[in-house]
Amino acid sequence: MKTEDLIAGLARDAKAAGPSLHGRLMIAAAAAATVAFALMMLSIGTRPDLASAMGTVLFGQKLLLVATLAVAALALLRAAARPEADLPKSVLVLPALIFLFGVGHEVATQPAAVFGARLVGNNSALCLVAIPLLATAPLAIFLAALRRGAPQSAMQAGALAGFAAGTIAAFFYGLHCADDSPFFVVTWYTIGVALMSAAGALLGRRMLAW
Amino acid sequence: MRAGLAGDGAAYARLLHELTPFLRGLARSGLSRAGRSVAEAEDIVQDVLIAIHTKRTSWIPSQPLVPWLRAILKHKLIDALRRRGSSGHVDIDEFAEAIPAPSNEPEIATRDVVKLADSLPAGQKAVIRSMFVDGNDTRETAAALSMSEGAVRVALHRGLAGLAKMLRGSV
Repeated sequence: MKTEDLIAGLARDAKAAGPSLHGRLMIAAAAAATVAFALMMLSIGTRPDLASAMGTVLFGQKLLLVATLAVAALALLRAAARPEADLPKSVLVLPALIFLFGVGHEVATQPAAVFGARLVGNNSALCLVAIPLLATAPLAIFLAALRRGAPQSAMQAGALAGFAAGTIAAFFYGLHCADDSPFFVVTWYTIGVALMSAAGALLGRRMLAW
Repeated sequence: MRAGLAGDGAAYARLLHELTPFLRGLARSGLSRAGRSVAEAEDIVQDVLIAIHTKRTSWIPSQPLVPWLRAILKHKLIDALRRRGSSGHVDIDEFAEAIPAPSNEPEIATRDVVKLADSLPAGQKAVIRSMFVDGNDTRETAAALSMSEGAVRVALHRGLAGLAKMLRGSV
């Protein structure tokens, strides 16, 4: 077929392209957060001492760390879904600062002897299972939204979709988990989110190539 | 492109038509830099046009169009070079500033999209034929095939994705 005929055919499908890719990804993020929150409430629920925990520095820094990571993941995903893929890596600075603050706080307020116990915590097994379970539907939602995307690297976009789904799930899991030590968070949350990023990378390579 | 996104078919056709020589020039210089025959250029151009169409919501209307186009062409060019055995390294910046010579040679791809469409599932094939050979728009195609317009659009997009895969030579 001649290229001109192809153009004429494509132009006959010109009607209303629908929402922008960015719009789709933001809708996907809202849907992913809603699903993860609902699943958490229906299964494990929030921790019983949520109200008193709200006032503590460690709980606050944990949620703030995960929330800023989720926002950073979305910003990176938005960029990775486009062919230019100019990743705004500076979005990772804020979560890194919050994490350093948390570690500093932990070291200043806890004796070194309990660092190991606080790292292991009480919920590590649940954490490893809950984050991937809560993140599965969000990952599917992000991958569906990305089908209109044109990622420079399908694997990278998939990994970031898993990262975003994992951090959103980790945020809501954090409302349940009573282990607030940054040592616990950096160990077990990271494993859960990394599993989702790896799953996203594998799925993305298959589903998002164009 | 903005008019095209809003659904102005004539403006959209004009845009794609005017972009084609630019895309062809980039595809040719990319191929010749990689030591490859420029005969494959039209396959890449058609693949890029389909990608521009199916991925058009990934362009941000407040940003310039050309970097987005170059990124799509680069993606497709690397893909084509990799698939047919070469390092796949393309430094598009080296030739990005060169103004490609306009070309009016016959614009026929080495692989014919309509012939490729024969190996698509029947529904997609019928929609592709109606729109690319018979010249119907989506509404006319829907009426001719007794389908809803939404179903036509879904079949068309799946069909285009399938064609793009075949143009890349991966099927």
